[in-house]
Amino acid sequence: MSFINYSSREINCKIVYYGPGLCGKTTNLQYIYRRTNPDQKGKLISLATETERTLFFDFLPLALGDIKGFKIRFHLYTVPGQVFYAASRKLILKGVDGVVFVGDSQIERMDSNLESYEDLRINLNEQGYELEKLPFAIQYNKRDLPNVVPVAEMDKLLNKRRVPYFEAVAVTGKGVFETLKAVAKQVLFELKKHY
Amino acid sequence: MTGSDLVMYEEEFRRIDVELQKLHQQANAKVVFLVDKNGQLIASAGETHDIDTTSLASLTAGNIAATGGIARLLGEKEFTILFHEGEKDNIHISLIGQRIILVVIFDGRSSLGLVRLRVKKASETLTRIFEEITQKVEKDRGEGKLEESLFAEISDEDIDNLFR
Repeated sequence: MSFINYSSREINCKIVYYGPGLCGKTTNLQYIYRRTNPDQKGKLISLATETERTLFFDFLPLALGDIKGFKIRFHLYTVPGQVFYAASRKLILKGVDGVVFVGDSQIERMDSNLESYEDLRINLNEQGYELEKLPFAIQYNKRDLPNVVPVAEMDKLLNKRRVPYFEAVAVTGKGVFETLKAVAKQVLFELKKHY
Repeated sequence: MTGSDLVMYEEEFRRIDVELQKLHQQANAKVVFLVDKNGQLIASAGETHDIDTTSLASLTAGNIAATGGIARLLGEKEFTILFHEGEKDNIHISLIGQRIILVVIFDGRSSLGLVRLRVKKASETLTRIFEEITQKVEKDRGEGKLEESLFAEISDEDIDNLFR
């Protein structure tokens, strides 16, 4: 549900980072924030608990540049990953234009990944969307840890739709911009298709 | 992404701007702004230079979404007005139609009663304008005018260039 403003010549789109608790969604946004020119970004807003777990959402407005005189702005959101914040997660998906699923590569987190993926699909359906039709990219995060599942196996489990996927280490920035680019591109191509 | 995308044209934007300026004056407000329910800022009037309006827009929409969630838990359809009172500044948030949020920030130079009264009047006009926008977009989409105007000109290369 993008917002196209012919008067201020702006196109605004919403991208949501989804995934299980502690998979690195906020870390993705923090890295993007650190590595973006001040004139391209707004403030990074984090509504977090005292232990730095996301309580409601993180928000980062990002201006990527211009196309035909229109400023392209992406509004990046994360959802709280912890299971008991289900209500908040649902709300943040309202009006979403594209989704990034961040999977935790550690062996012991595979069940949480699957659970979160299913939760994403159900919550999107409740908002009237189908995951199969939305711009979508998957990130396999924490690839630097010793106890990780091979990418091919994760891909078999989580990437049923065969969307672009990226290996990442969000704390160092590996794969972060690649993932964002992949979903942002799909969002713009989708807009082009519909108008 | 279907027919529910919000498209704003110059003419309607000017009418919205005039209405917001009027509300800003008549309610003695500091700042008045309009936000899409998805958190995107549509327009604003007043002393906006010190305020991070983009973040405010996103948090306001989050606030409305959370309040809507509370309403449903209590068996209400929606709470249409939110009011937060601060030491110096107060914020009055109301839903217009089902899609747009009107926010008024005011201090001791105004009062809640005055703001409520003026917001009610402005809401009626703004509702009409947004209905017209929806009709216009649907008409243009039906006639294929939107295609000709902007997106048809965007090439794959333009999109690729954004990421270089």
